Amino acid sequence: MSTRLEELIACPHCDAVYHVSEPKMGERAVCGRCHTVLIAPRRRAGKQIIAMALAVLILIVAATVFPFLSIKAAGVANRSSVLDAALAFSSSGLLILLTLAVAALIVFIPIARALLVIYVLGPVVWDRPAFPGALRAFRISEALRPWSMAEIFVLGCAVALIKVADLADVSFGPAFWMFGALVVLMMVQDNFMCRYSVWKSLEK
Amino acid sequence: MEIAGKVKSAREMGLVACRRCTRVWPGGTPTCGRCGHRMQSRDTTSLQKVWAWWIVGMMCYIPANLYPMLVTRTLVSTQDNTIVGGAVELAQHGNYGIALVIIAASVLIPIGKFIAVASLALGVRQGSRLSSARRQQLFEVVEYIGRWSMIDVFVVAILSSLVQLGALASIAPGVASLFFALSVIFTMLSAQSFDSRLIWDADSDDATTQPSVNPSNPNGVTA
Repeated sequence: MSTRLEELIACPHCDAVYHVSEPKMGERAVCGRCHTVLIAPRRRAGKQIIAMALAVLILIVAATVFPFLSIKAAGVANRSSVLDAALAFSSSGLLILLTLAVAALIVFIPIARALLVIYVLGPVVWDRPAFPGALRAFRISEALRPWSMAEIFVLGCAVALIKVADLADVSFGPAFWMFGALVVLMMVQDNFMCRYSVWKSLEK
Repeated sequence: MEIAGKVKSAREMGLVACRRCTRVWPGGTPTCGRCGHRMQSRDTTSLQKVWAWWIVGMMCYIPANLYPMLVTRTLVSTQDNTIVGGAVELAQHGNYGIALVIIAASVLIPIGKFIAVASLALGVRQGSRLSSARRQQLFEVVEYIGRWSMIDVFVVAILSSLVQLGALASIAPGVASLFFALSVIFTMLSAQSFDSRLIWDADSDDATTQPSVNPSNPNGVTA
């Protein structure tokens, strides 16, 4: 075979192999068989992604500590932070597992992903050699992607709100809006990232 | 990127592809030299893993529906709500939209997911009426939407931390929340274990490895 393996790319979903011809900035290369997006470079994506990851970090920490919903009924009031929500299951034995899972899904995994992305892309953006283990870090970050569920939690807030609306007065705390912003940021960040370009830049 | 002529899979070319970083290596390479991900031309135990997680997921989904998800205490009464019971009650209060969201996230999506994953897995062995492209789409929808079932667990967590008004009203999580969360996690693992490349092999296998068995599809690849 005359072609070198570095010049090939395989679709992760259907195993189709192509010759890489990198699309222009803002364009996308799509698998002709199963339509998976293979390459989608963007100008200055690295810096934007790092900025967003930093914002995500700050917002998560703040959103975890501040109350995100408060409730009032007949003079009795209560407010709840994300931490309280995770701890809700800690009252009875078996459900402690659930506490850990919930805390991981909505707080720790998103934090871990933001940190890993900064670790991986930081040196790349500023033209330094990649940090040791950057490839591995990016692999872990990608593996964690489906398990980062902050956006689902936000929709959960909305549902919970309506569920108790006729039981008591409910209002949003500052953390709710932070979490809302967070979700938008995380989604934009995921769409901005061209995995192929990241792998390619780490390879050098 | 242009495709010249027929699409060839890495396996047909005697290569193995990394599914994490899309790099291609000579066939038989065990781990990807770029990202270190473990590589297999095809995950031969894929279907076993899919079915194993599928069964565990189903086993957890049954108690998730039978046991109470929420225990609501008010001044006058204590009430246990199962998933469906809670949605029915919401609908009776006139919150049809939310009842619909709950039913969709906790009943329709999980059951649809069980059926979809099972039919994908069966389709690999026995062939399917759906085209490969359709099945690939189905798989992507399943992967994308499966996480959203977790919403019900989050709602329970939020409600039981928020509604703690002393004697007036309080909400506590029921056992079903644990089973439901486990069921969602197991079905996500089941879908992740599915090697979607198997969907596409059926097309090309006919042409390459078993030409005598099925000569009706000599071109192999469907558009």
